[in-house]
Amino acid sequence: MTAPALAVRMNGIHKSFGPVHANRGAQLEVGAREIHALVGENGAGKSTLMRLLAGLYAPDAGTIEVAGPSGELRDVTGWSTADAIKAGVGMVHQHFMLVRTLTVAENVVLGREPVRGGMLDLARAIADVSRIGDQYGLRVEPARLVGELSVGEAQRVEILKTLFRGARILILDEPTAVLSPLEVKELWGVLRRLREDGATIVLITHKLDEVVDISDRITVMRHGETVARMQTSEATPEAIARAMVGRDVALMGTRNEQGGVRKPSDEIPRGSAPRSSLSVADLVVMNRGLRAVDGVSLNVAPGEILGIAGVEGNGQTELIEAIAGLRPVESGTVKLGQRDVTKASVRDRTESGLAHIPEDRHRRGLVLDYSVADNLILGDQHRYARGATSAWALDDARIGANAQDEIRRFDIRPPDSVLPARALSGGNQQKIVIAREMGGAYDVLLASQPTRGVDVGAIEFIHGQIRAAREAGKAILLVSAELSEILALADRVAVMYGGRIVATLARREATEERLGPLMTGATDTTRPAA
Amino acid sequence: MSEFAAFIAQTIRIAIPYLFAASGGVVAERAGVVSLTLEGFMLTGAFAATLGSYYSGSPWIGVLCGIGGGLLFGLIHAVASIRYRADQIVVGIAINLLAVGLTRFFLLMAFDSSSNSPRVPGFGVTGDSASLAGALLRNPLVWLGLLAIPAVAWLVHYTPFGLRVRAVGEHPAAAETLGVPVRRVRYLAVALSGILAGLGGVYLALDQHQFTDSMTAGRGFIALAAIIFGRWEPVRAGLACLLFAAAETLQIQLQGMQGIPSQFVQMIPYVLTIVAVGGFVARSTPPAALGKVED
Amino acid sequence: MTSSVGRRRVEEALLPPLVALLVALVVGDILIILVGQSPSAVFRLMLSGTWGNWYGFGQVLYKATTLICTGLAVSVALRAGLFNIGGEGQLAAGGFAAAVTGLVLPAGTPGLIAVPLCIVAALAAGGLVGAIPGVMKARFGAHEVIVTIMLNFIVLAFLNWIVASHLHVPETLHTPDMHAGTVARLMDWVPLFHGSAVNASLFIAIAAAAIVGWMLFRTRGGYELRAVGLQPDAAEYGGVRVGTVWIKAFVISGALAGLGGINYVLGYKHYYEEGFAAGAGFLGIAVALVGRNHPLGVIIAAFLFATLSQGGLAIHALVPKQMVEVLQGVVILAVAAAVPEVRRLVRSARGGVAE
Repeated sequence: MTAPALAVRMNGIHKSFGPVHANRGAQLEVGAREIHALVGENGAGKSTLMRLLAGLYAPDAGTIEVAGPSGELRDVTGWSTADAIKAGVGMVHQHFMLVRTLTVAENVVLGREPVRGGMLDLARAIADVSRIGDQYGLRVEPARLVGELSVGEAQRVEILKTLFRGARILILDEPTAVLSPLEVKELWGVLRRLREDGATIVLITHKLDEVVDISDRITVMRHGETVARMQTSEATPEAIARAMVGRDVALMGTRNEQGGVRKPSDEIPRGSAPRSSLSVADLVVMNRGLRAVDGVSLNVAPGEILGIAGVEGNGQTELIEAIAGLRPVESGTVKLGQRDVTKASVRDRTESGLAHIPEDRHRRGLVLDYSVADNLILGDQHRYARGATSAWALDDARIGANAQDEIRRFDIRPPDSVLPARALSGGNQQKIVIAREMGGAYDVLLASQPTRGVDVGAIEFIHGQIRAAREAGKAILLVSAELSEILALADRVAVMYGGRIVATLARREATEERLGPLMTGATDTTRPAA
Repeated sequence: MSEFAAFIAQTIRIAIPYLFAASGGVVAERAGVVSLTLEGFMLTGAFAATLGSYYSGSPWIGVLCGIGGGLLFGLIHAVASIRYRADQIVVGIAINLLAVGLTRFFLLMAFDSSSNSPRVPGFGVTGDSASLAGALLRNPLVWLGLLAIPAVAWLVHYTPFGLRVRAVGEHPAAAETLGVPVRRVRYLAVALSGILAGLGGVYLALDQHQFTDSMTAGRGFIALAAIIFGRWEPVRAGLACLLFAAAETLQIQLQGMQGIPSQFVQMIPYVLTIVAVGGFVARSTPPAALGKVED
Repeated sequence: MTSSVGRRRVEEALLPPLVALLVALVVGDILIILVGQSPSAVFRLMLSGTWGNWYGFGQVLYKATTLICTGLAVSVALRAGLFNIGGEGQLAAGGFAAAVTGLVLPAGTPGLIAVPLCIVAALAAGGLVGAIPGVMKARFGAHEVIVTIMLNFIVLAFLNWIVASHLHVPETLHTPDMHAGTVARLMDWVPLFHGSAVNASLFIAIAAAAIVGWMLFRTRGGYELRAVGLQPDAAEYGGVRVGTVWIKAFVISGALAGLGGINYVLGYKHYYEEGFAAGAGFLGIAVALVGRNHPLGVIIAAFLFATLSQGGLAIHALVPKQMVEVLQGVVILAVAAAVPEVRRLVRSARGGVAE
């Protein structure tokens, strides 16, 4: 066999979005007619790299080369999506770009409509879609409305869109995230047919068992860089996981490091309820017709941090929202101490001692146009009014005093309570949320991605606060996509995958080597929860 | 002429402006642009047609001028809403006010009257119902008006442009990734709504052979109600227009008889629309991207 | 706030109305020249006819009174993230309720009882009409713009029927004179305002603005309402029942618009007349927009539009008053277009947002 020809070569790619340096000198070589897996954790830079290839944006530095019809690589750095599509590069995004009220055929031909006598040639469209579908095993009814399709079928439409435009290099971004095991097998069939036909495929994924199943070669990315390249035939899931997760734990600190933290003081008394724990039993939560949380049970005792490790999108968001009262529960129970709060309102849960650091501070956690002081009472505003009903004035003096107190205790910068929250950095915005949720009296804390988008110094501080809360006897449920964060803080580690808890380990058993494969779906002989 | 035929003729006469405006409005709304402006487009078309017909002596010139007037206002709406991304509801109110103001202003300037223009040549008819059907059949605008809805239905469902309109009003981002020029599609849709709604006004003015201050009297909003009640489908909107016109005709013919007061008949289109929007009968959901502005 | 963020917010708030005024001035000049007059002469006449004499000033105050109420109505709803286009209907309902109350009360009822009763009636009627879109949105997810527009027609037709069939004075379109509950005109206290319709409702309107300002920015209810308008997901997270806030906001908004009805009914003609404040409901949207949804801004914007309206009458000798209607439309269009444009320019000039 001659030296393998390259279909794509990307070298020295740098791309930043504001302060976020998504790609730092990343590299990629994809051979022609191969299925190439691009692997890495969240935030590793895989999607960004592929979007650059697909022409959605241009790199800040580096080169992109794509093979033309002759097989020769040519420099296409900075090209547009239109150029890319014309050159045969097609991308199937993680979040589908489909018009739900149009049919499959209409979605596929949109923008390149077949025309006959001035009219839309729907018959041709349907015929074309059927033909391509049959050729590659993409079974979808061309005349059906996209809104009625299952997720797997919708994905086939996305693939058909690229093939209809003559894609020879296909990029699929986390295609199996939303598929059942059977649909995954079907997708593999399609990809293999495409490869036989001469297409090149790049698969962005974090699911290692699938990587091993389908790919020919693997590129691993971490923190915006390319850290490993392997032949799949020579790689093991453990080796891949190690390359993915890396050895960055040092930055997060170990359990023995302190952060110089003051204890939360002057708790507003909420009655003399005994310290309670959190218990969840057989919880099922739906999202868009799917069981996002598929029978989860867990318990968090006072003075304990239970960390839920797992790649985002495996039901953690829905689990936390259901416990917090922001999402209805299909079945199962949530209890705070002895109290069943499964159907209770958000305010009731707050009154029962629940605190919640939401994963998306911009959407849930803050009203960005409100001042720091006003954000610090969000959820508690009824306690700062002079009277019981909403017609009563808020006590500005007390709000101001609370703000001053929390700004000082949690080192929020700049220390100006009048500033709109929008004006603060990500780390300080998160500190507002932390100060608000952890600065008063509570018994159970839900902490979801507590240090996302936060600078290193603030991370130390926030971790210190969480540890101090544990020392003070709070029960803490910690969800994080950053494995190192879980390992730094948790007493017990539960792994969530596909809406279920697949394993619960004591901290000393929870090593990266064991957790990595569990997080990515590799079956493992797990021991019962410690 | 039989009572039934008279009823049909009268209904059609009333329905034509609604049919014109609703056909234009449905295209613009399906493309994602709010069309509170139909009233203003109609009024402008009516006045421009009056001017054109008066000064040239030919109603056809009047028609052309009316189209021009509607198109002009349509472009104002398009530029404010698409290029400047102004809030489309506020733009709608502004354009309607502008239409009233400008038509009154130029009514005074051109005809030295604050209430109506002089009589102008038209296609219309005034008179008893016996000749109504015949007159209607001779009025080219009536035929155009009856064709407007089917033509637009064909446009929206059987042409590439129509497909793009439907895509752009539901999921502009998806259309954008496929290279569809979202803004251009919206401009064209709004321009078309200006022309068609303007024609509705042209028909009104030429039918009555004059322009009267604020002569559209809310017809643009009834057309909008028909669009919403028809769930943003051209043919259903057209049927709604006929339904509303029939109700009006019924009320006129029953005038003087004991029964439902005229005001309640007037309310029918609006009540039906609220019912539709509340999902009490069949849920009426607008195009997903209607009124949303994005980059 | 000393930061650049503070300055940016002020810019984003004030620039659009200023831009709009500029555009209006230019368009006005063009129209004036078209008519063959000199802009400076016309503007001077406009000023002297409005703020330059007591009668004109009184008329400005009179027109501003209704606009303050409808402007407040729209701005309260907007603060909750809702669009209340139903001001016309709510205004008419409020005026009608006040007139009917005044008819039902026996003549001779002391003003101290009658006037508040009429005002409460106006508030209740407006609030009731306002509740409909609120409930429909909260319970059925119906879009409030459509509901309020349609409701306008329904309410006006309904009122037309009641008056025409039962309550009107023959040969007219209005109800009989009220027996009690009328409000004094300013000219009764200050003779300088002789002939002008301005009345004590002005003070009620301004008081309403103060109350709205206090409610929005000082109370817990206002805190929650604004949070729902700014970031409903965060408000929900903060324990606020978003649907309930929507209903409350619409009821308050409708009541405020209804309050506007007392200007004509209690203070001027002492009866309800069909079309008594035609357009004030829609203009309320412009007032709220130009006033940036703030009570103080609403008062200023109301004065602006009232001046424009009265000024149109004053310059009638030189320029058709219809020009004023054109300018109203131009101002609204210009402000609507300026708001996103200014925001875009200000943000790009500062080099991106601080997050």
